[in-house]
Amino acid sequence: MMRVTGLVKRFPGVVALDGVDLDIRAGEIHALVGENGAGKSTLVKALAGIHPPDGGSMTLDGRPYKPGSAADGLAAGISVVHQELALLPYLTVAENLFLRALPRKAGVVDRRRLRTDAAALLAEIGLDVAPDTPVERLGIAQMQLVEIAKAISTEARLLIMDEPTATLTSRESGRLFGILRGLRERGVAIVYISHHLQEVLELADRVTVLRNGRSVVSRPMAGVTAPDLVRAMVGRDLAQEYPPLPERAAGEEMLKVTGLRVSGFDGPLSFSVRAGEVVGFAGLVGAGRTEAMRAIFGADTALAGTIELHGRKVRVRHPKDAVRHGISLLTEDRKSQGLVLDLPISANVTLAKLRGALLSFKRERALAQQYGSRLHLRSAGVSQHVRTLSGGNQQKVVLAKWLNAGSDVLIVDEPTRGIDVGAKYEIHELLLGLAAEGKALLVVSSDLPELMGICDRILVFSRGKIAGEVARADFDAEHILTLAYSGYLKNGEKP
Amino acid sequence: MIKRLVLGEAGIGVALVVLAGFFVLAAPNFATEQNLRNIMTQITLNTVLAVGMTFVILVGGIDLSVGSSMALCAVVSGTMMAGSSSPATLIGAILVSVLVGGVVGWLNGFISEQWRVPSFIVTLAMLNIARGAAERYTDAATIYNLPAALNDFGTLTLIGIPAVFWVAVLLAGAGWFVLSRTVFGRLIYATGNNEEAVRLSGHKTSRIKIAAFVIAGFTVGIAAILYMARLNIASPILGQGYELNAIAAVVIGGASLMGGRGSMVGTFLGACLLGVLTNGLLLMGVSDFERQIITGLVILVAVVLDAYRLRLARKLAVTQPAQPAAPNPVAS
Ligand SMILES: Nc1ncnc2c1ncn2[C@@H]1O[C@H](COP(=O)(O)OP(=O)(O)OP(=O)(O)O)[C@@H](O)[C@H]1O
Ligand SMILES: [Mg+2]
Repeated sequence: MMRVTGLVKRFPGVVALDGVDLDIRAGEIHALVGENGAGKSTLVKALAGIHPPDGGSMTLDGRPYKPGSAADGLAAGISVVHQELALLPYLTVAENLFLRALPRKAGVVDRRRLRTDAAALLAEIGLDVAPDTPVERLGIAQMQLVEIAKAISTEARLLIMDEPTATLTSRESGRLFGILRGLRERGVAIVYISHHLQEVLELADRVTVLRNGRSVVSRPMAGVTAPDLVRAMVGRDLAQEYPPLPERAAGEEMLKVTGLRVSGFDGPLSFSVRAGEVVGFAGLVGAGRTEAMRAIFGADTALAGTIELHGRKVRVRHPKDAVRHGISLLTEDRKSQGLVLDLPISANVTLAKLRGALLSFKRERALAQQYGSRLHLRSAGVSQHVRTLSGGNQQKVVLAKWLNAGSDVLIVDEPTRGIDVGAKYEIHELLLGLAAEGKALLVVSSDLPELMGICDRILVFSRGKIAGEVARADFDAEHILTLAYSGYLKNGEKP
Repeated sequence: MIKRLVLGEAGIGVALVVLAGFFVLAAPNFATEQNLRNIMTQITLNTVLAVGMTFVILVGGIDLSVGSSMALCAVVSGTMMAGSSSPATLIGAILVSVLVGGVVGWLNGFISEQWRVPSFIVTLAMLNIARGAAERYTDAATIYNLPAALNDFGTLTLIGIPAVFWVAVLLAGAGWFVLSRTVFGRLIYATGNNEEAVRLSGHKTSRIKIAAFVIAGFTVGIAAILYMARLNIASPILGQGYELNAIAAVVIGGASLMGGRGSMVGTFLGACLLGVLTNGLLLMGVSDFERQIITGLVILVAVVLDAYRLRLARKLAVTQPAQPAAPNPVAS
């Protein structure tokens, strides 16, 4: 249906696409994988008409396809879920869903139909929010689901999804896969980008691997294994998926949270984390993990509860207090809460630790370079603006910012969102290294295997409460999931 | 760094040179030493006000109260020093002027941060309040007998350049230094770009924004003194419409009203451009009305060109020189 030959796209200082061939057929799920900065999102934007390519050609149904804008892409039946969310925060979920074609009656928006249509779509995707909720009140996973629902509702012929599941837990991902398979039956072509290779193996019919802007492999999925994909992407084998946990003696109690209550959730929450410990927080989307972490960091006001650091009670009413006391929070939404997109990499790296009166550009650049090489940041230099980095590389910049802050307690919310397999290993290694140095780590992740891979124990949230705690020796995905669902089942509801 | 700075403001610099070149040919007496001095004196006030306005606009705010607030500063300090020849009184009056300006600025910033009201509305109200307060303070009377020392300063020249203009240049230089070399300046840009990210990095963004308004207030206080030095009077009706000229200079200088983008060099060149334009047209004998139309058109052309340049840059994804680009609603 869509054929791409020798596509080239250059940005100043970078060749993002350097001869990509791709052949997408109707009724197939075509996976696109590759390292951070390999050119996946750029390719998507070329297909969607956002970035006109500098070379090569595209044909749609055998006819030349030269979109001049995103509108041309849409008109050609191509619908995209971009890696970075682009919803309108002050409009409601329903309005965002049908913005392209609001239902009308006698010239004015038909509110009732808008609401019922939206409710039906939300039910299909499995998102439990009222259609009238303003989007700004949603968590990032919920926003992601709204984006997905929006793309699905357009009845596109070619549906492109750029890391749709980066923030979703297995429940939502599972439901999404069901929907995608249904669309495939109806002859829709689907391009699916993900760093979760397991998903790719489970879902895709064919796969194309990009490396340094080139398509290095394009073949049917049959017989392909995860190590095959990794080798094609990275160019080498990865020994194992998670680094070994370092040997540590149980340290003193570093952070103790007692009776924490946050608005909109049941609570109260109480738990503690020792120095050198890595504690995971599992749960379904909307279980209240992010809200709890934000309250501890002072980003939102807690209704009740106390926080003790090193056995001393501290008051955290603003992120500034938290940073001063040595608590860091890497937020789940890098674009709106983590990065200053129009400042260079170097300025973002130092943002959480700007002391004194004068800037030292030399030190700043050196620092940014140092973190850049530690995290394998791919950029045209530390003065590149963060806006133009690939998604995974932006995530590395946020991570560098908090590493640079050097806090004792590091809370990370979706730390490896959008990070490729190779870099993921290194980030896990880095986090474990911090634990070995005696820092306390709180890891929130929608990726359960990740939590089981690097945590000493896991607290499972369910509907704003801690439903259980599982020690490393007893890690078992099914058990953890049961706990995650428990709060919803008790009330006699189906999850 | 220097090269980037120049590149960033190159557009407006070129425009300024072209315009000046045009007037050299077309306007009689434009290229005389005396006229250059005139231009410098004429743009002094706007430059000073625009320096403060740059801080406010960079954090995404706007200050419509500067003209009225300048009148308030002038009548308060003018009353204080009228008829006196003691240097101590003069210095005290200068400090009072800066202080009054700072307090008005602080009120603007504090009210809009505390109650989350757009600064456009707050400073619109302050525009009326400050003007009313100024008139009330002198019962609408004008103050004439200002100290001779002040007037002397107003006519003084150093190395052939008016002293008042030196003050403006020094302020612009200080503003440039603060914005591009200090932690506070970095936080100003960052806050204008993504306030939430700055807050979540452990900074009190409210304080940063209020500080920007206070700085604007200080420049208003200084501008009031320079006004009195030049014209030797203080009147409660002075400074009407000055806010708009200051905003125009900042915007012509390439700043975004959304915050986060702009520079002191741009602002300075913007103020120069406006001054040269007014002066040149005057010398060519263009009428007041036509001058206003032309000035308006120049502002329009400047912002349209700037938007175009930005789009082009974004398309090529050239990392923007000097400082940031405006927020982009499109997914990236
Ligand atoms: N607008 C732009 N300006 C400059 N460089 C860009 C721009 N967009 C992308 N790039 C560069 O192009 C390269 C490819 O980026 P792209 O976003 O396509 O990567 P990706 O494969 O999607 O990576 P990820 O897995 O991290 O999302 C990167 O080096 C990136 O920095
Ligand atoms: Mg990408």
